[in-house]
Amino acid sequence: MPDQDESDERVEADKPLKFGRSTRRTFLSRLGTASLLATAGPVVTVFGQRPVKEEAMSSELKDAIPVTLHVNGAKHDLRIDPRTTLLDCLRENLHLTGSKKGCDHGQCGACTVHINGRRVNSCLCLAAMHEGEEIITVEGIGQAENLHPMQAAFVTCDAYQCGYCTSGQIMSAVALLKEPCGPEDSEVKEFMSGNICRCGAYPNIVAAIQSVRQNVKPEKAG
Amino acid sequence: MKTFQLTRAADSAQAIASAAKASTAQQGAEIRFVGGGTTLIDLMKLNVEQPQALVDINRLPLDKIEVLPDGGLTIGAVVRNSDLAFHPIVRKNHTVLSEAILSGASAQLRNMATTAGNLLQRTRCMYFRATDMPCNKREPGSGCAAIHGVNRSLAILGTSEHCIATNPSDMNVAMAALEATIHVRGTKGERTIPIADFHVLPGSTPQRETVLEPGDLITHVTLPAPAPGSRSLYLKLRDRASYEFALASAAVVITVANGKVTRARIALGGVGTKPWRSTEAEGELTGQTATEGVFRKAAEAALLGAKPQSENGFKVELAKRCLAHALKLVTQTA
Repeated sequence: MPDQDESDERVEADKPLKFGRSTRRTFLSRLGTASLLATAGPVVTVFGQRPVKEEAMSSELKDAIPVTLHVNGAKHDLRIDPRTTLLDCLRENLHLTGSKKGCDHGQCGACTVHINGRRVNSCLCLAAMHEGEEIITVEGIGQAENLHPMQAAFVTCDAYQCGYCTSGQIMSAVALLKEPCGPEDSEVKEFMSGNICRCGAYPNIVAAIQSVRQNVKPEKAG
Repeated sequence: MKTFQLTRAADSAQAIASAAKASTAQQGAEIRFVGGGTTLIDLMKLNVEQPQALVDINRLPLDKIEVLPDGGLTIGAVVRNSDLAFHPIVRKNHTVLSEAILSGASAQLRNMATTAGNLLQRTRCMYFRATDMPCNKREPGSGCAAIHGVNRSLAILGTSEHCIATNPSDMNVAMAALEATIHVRGTKGERTIPIADFHVLPGSTPQRETVLEPGDLITHVTLPAPAPGSRSLYLKLRDRASYEFALASAAVVITVANGKVTRARIALGGVGTKPWRSTEAEGELTGQTATEGVFRKAAEAALLGAKPQSENGFKVELAKRCLAHALKLVTQTA
């Protein structure tokens, strides 16, 4: 669990950090790469140099670094391995399992989330690089009793079969509404090509998106 | 993925000082700058890249697109591909660049990928990406499994007996035709590199892909003002209609006056070990009447030195038709 007392000592991540007590040496020696960055000096932020309590370290992953993420309007103080992708962090640390892991290499789009209003593949983002940015997942755009219009359109148009790609499709589709996408179905298909659906629900996905863009009540899929 | 130390550079000087401690800026670099991460994080997951330290350059002030007084353009290193492609001046004056970027990857990846990162995009050769296979680019001296292996998508121009990996970038092909200049800041100060000299042929050292040295930070790219009356276009041929790498592509920038080609800049993608500028094709076009016969002659000239492998002989004709058709399309609209 994050130490609440730490919050006062938090600084903007892109500003110089004070080196914290003995922690810096401990941390760098663990990584074994200290010499590579030895001249980096205090104007380079070394992630993980914030003061942490030794007892907190002992029961956790040994190279964990503190990271604060803003997800769906909530602030989360976390300690994570620097290798942690945003996708794994969302799913495993924050238990937001709406974002799916498909290929894990930025090829399928199942992991699509919004960062600062733009859609990205969260499997290719390192969580620690997105401190302070506004992260929105499928859990943040609507709720079961108050669906986002795009979610409602996906339901009405039957724009899925197995549903595994659906949250990524919806996150892409919501982002598309603000992108310079032309009016034609062919243009929607091009803008949505980064989201793979192996069930082949593409025609209904396009129909759902077009119904929201044209602000018409979607016809129920036969 | 091997673990690494993650740092965020406060300014360019510190980023350069950090990265200068690496023994190389090429394959095997111990320290890497990270921008969008779309290539690097992918390759780290495959253990093809195993940096001990990553320097995050995303918050450096290198994120601007500026129109120069002479009509040229300055593009910051961390400008996202989507911002560059949708920039109104780029769409209008450097159409080939916008089209090339939008023909590559997906909307999500283009929102992440940076200008500098795209210049350094790594090959999609499956042997490079598989650490259990020989690959001279990934592991010098281990051999090239592609030459007698699966090589349908690989290069036919600029290859060597050591490597036939294709440069996968679309953006680079457009940048080559637009004669972009790459601005680099390093331990010895600033320098500029014409894009034609930025990527190097594999030769006997395919692990070396660019002229970058440890600590070199690409700060921005400049494009010259468009030639008066010029038109440009990017044509990409691939196995799928979207979200696929090129089998062959052509970037053409051409000026036609009174039916005659007065200036041409030609580059090919999907067929070369680097973005393939063809001065041979340009020579065949310049001063000639813009006809399909002339376009075909230019395409023949561009592919004269092609060396197909066991599975990619089709690329020779495909690339010729790609270039000839691109020239036809761009002059039709002129």
